[in-house]
Amino acid sequence: MKNRAPLSLHIPEPRLRPGDQPDFSHIKVLKAGEVRRPDINVTAKNTTDIAYSLVRVLGEDDKVHGPWDPHVDVETLKRGLRNMVVTRTFDDRMYRAQRQGKTSFYMKCTGEEAIAVSQAAALDPEDMCFPTYRQQGLLISRGYPIVDMMNQIYSNERDPLKGRQLPIMYSSKKHGFFSIAGNLAMHYSQAVGWAMASAYKGDDRICAAWIGDGSTAEGDFHTALTFAAVYRAPVILNVVNNQWAISSYQGIAGGDESTFAARGIGYGIPALRVDGNDFLAIYAVTKWAADRAHANLGPTLIEHFTYRVEGHSTSDDPNRYRPAEEAKAWPFGDPINRLKKHLIALGKWSEAEQAALEKAVDEEVRAAQKEAESHGTLGSGKLPSVRTMFEDVYKEMPWHIRRQRQEMGV
Amino acid sequence: MATMNMIQALNSAMDVMLTKNPDVLIFGEDVGFFGGVFRATDGLQKKHGVQRCFDSPIGEAGIVATAIGMGAYGLRPVIEIQFADYIYPAYDQLVSAAARLRYRSAGDFSAPITLRSPYGGGIFGGQTHSQSPEALFTHVCGLKTVIPSNPYDAKGLLISAIEDDDPVMFFEPKRIYNGPFDGHHDRAVTPWSKHPASDVPDTYYTVPLGKAAIVREGSDLTVLSYGTMVHVSLAAALEAGIDAEIVDLRTLMPVDIETITQSIEKTGRCVIVHEATRTSGYGAELSALVQENCFYHLEAPIERVAGWDTPYPHAFEWQYFPGPGRVADAMRRVMEA
Repeated sequence: MKNRAPLSLHIPEPRLRPGDQPDFSHIKVLKAGEVRRPDINVTAKNTTDIAYSLVRVLGEDDKVHGPWDPHVDVETLKRGLRNMVVTRTFDDRMYRAQRQGKTSFYMKCTGEEAIAVSQAAALDPEDMCFPTYRQQGLLISRGYPIVDMMNQIYSNERDPLKGRQLPIMYSSKKHGFFSIAGNLAMHYSQAVGWAMASAYKGDDRICAAWIGDGSTAEGDFHTALTFAAVYRAPVILNVVNNQWAISSYQGIAGGDESTFAARGIGYGIPALRVDGNDFLAIYAVTKWAADRAHANLGPTLIEHFTYRVEGHSTSDDPNRYRPAEEAKAWPFGDPINRLKKHLIALGKWSEAEQAALEKAVDEEVRAAQKEAESHGTLGSGKLPSVRTMFEDVYKEMPWHIRRQRQEMGV
Repeated sequence: MATMNMIQALNSAMDVMLTKNPDVLIFGEDVGFFGGVFRATDGLQKKHGVQRCFDSPIGEAGIVATAIGMGAYGLRPVIEIQFADYIYPAYDQLVSAAARLRYRSAGDFSAPITLRSPYGGGIFGGQTHSQSPEALFTHVCGLKTVIPSNPYDAKGLLISAIEDDDPVMFFEPKRIYNGPFDGHHDRAVTPWSKHPASDVPDTYYTVPLGKAAIVREGSDLTVLSYGTMVHVSLAAALEAGIDAEIVDLRTLMPVDIETITQSIEKTGRCVIVHEATRTSGYGAELSALVQENCFYHLEAPIERVAGWDTPYPHAFEWQYFPGPGRVADAMRRVMEA
């Protein structure tokens, strides 16, 4: 027997479980404005400090601080606030609709609204997005009719996707929103291909993709970073680190060993880590990354550090694996509340206006829901024609599918 | 018109399409400056420029994924997977994305990609350079699967595949790149230049997808086959003295059911030949189709000749490979039944 200690297998565990008091004291909350803003032609290596830090703009005093101040005009901020409120209200209504049996499934993005909404504001409307199921704020920001989102969720007779997709797996080429897949991470490397195509054609549109902390463990993440770096693809690669992948905390994806932003450095991709609940910081880093892409400097990796306030989906109960009330203890606050307070601090907004906005949005969403439900809900019998089930497998229907349709008698 | 082997014909197809359509581009492992390990893309980078034919990282999943993204943008990428045996890292991208994109987006997005890949055995490639995985793709709705058996078809089918709006798996039987190998491994292979299908136009033409070819008319029995096995089946029929009608399917998905049905109705007997392993192979689908469509015309049980259900063994290449002897035996059994 050699004189060595026996090996032991490390299984990562979150610090807290149900019953424990929420506590995020291990997370260092940097002051807004502390992180430097490098030039866009920076090397990946020279972003290392930022990849391990946190870009924040909105301070505890609700004012903007430091070199990442994106100097956004008030109208853009107000529009962002509204789009976040629409997103949250929409989520609440659709969550309830699922609980009422009107659809099979729903996923909220509560607490993460700023990411999609702010990035939609920072990108050009023509830029292409390869989202996950938690970037519904992109569609809302780009003016996709929320009634059509609901029609999709209800798989009703007006469902743009003809009842083929699980609720929230939207697709809209017109809005630069790629078809969402439940197979996580696959779209991340597809986005790199779209960006390569845009560069190949001498286009000026860039691409953005989103992935969760959990699915960075998929090979597609490595593939995307490799191909993006090799071909200097004009793509913004976002990692939304919301701490939880269903019941697995981010340490199960390797988040305890390093930051997700730091993954980019080894590939030669400049990387930023940003407060994912700070509308202005997200806007600033996205603009910076977009400027890099437009200047043919290639990809940027952005980790959005945030917290998934609700369960993974309507099929999940987070109280079984993490402390209740943990969301309220998140040290970076709520993105809507923070932007609202900033606008108030600027003297451009008031609590009364906020209340009026929330009321107006609530009415708007309810009206859309009423309209969508007039076209049917899942199981109500109002469906797209079942004949359409056989269409779009191929561009032209081959004989064997035609025969199967005949066999079904439609 | 020129005399071309299969590699030259495939090269010509890509050359024609690069010239014709600026949205066509080619990438894959070693396909750029070097021109591919089988030389299929030889000279294309030099002629058309580095952005139109370039090397990719060794990452099949990434090759397919980026092609899907390019397809969604509006390009028509032609990608090479160096050996079909290397395709599995990309299987998820092919099955869950390329094949489903049109359907799941209700026609909003599609993936008009052509995936070329050398496949099949007979080159002493061992189990990682000899596989025939076509049935893994014909089972996936949304993909088309094409396998040519000669230079003329190879060029015309590849052009059709590139112009097709759906993702096409284009498997190239590498054993017949240089000549119509008939399974007699102990004899010299006749070069393509002695074969009429090596007369290939230099210019654009198509061979339609979904259409089989009858490469030999006959009345005794019907052979359903594709790729290298077309030539093996021809040799077997000649050696067994059986008047076989040999159908080269060319496209496996969607398959040409009319040609199959007409031939079986004429001959009443059927032998199915492929290199791939037997169980759940494409022959099982063909056998079921013949049974469903032609049962009352059949005079004998359907026979399948296929690779054994083992991994492809390096040292036992010719015991494994379904050569003309095994095909001829099956033909005799069908005739005697």
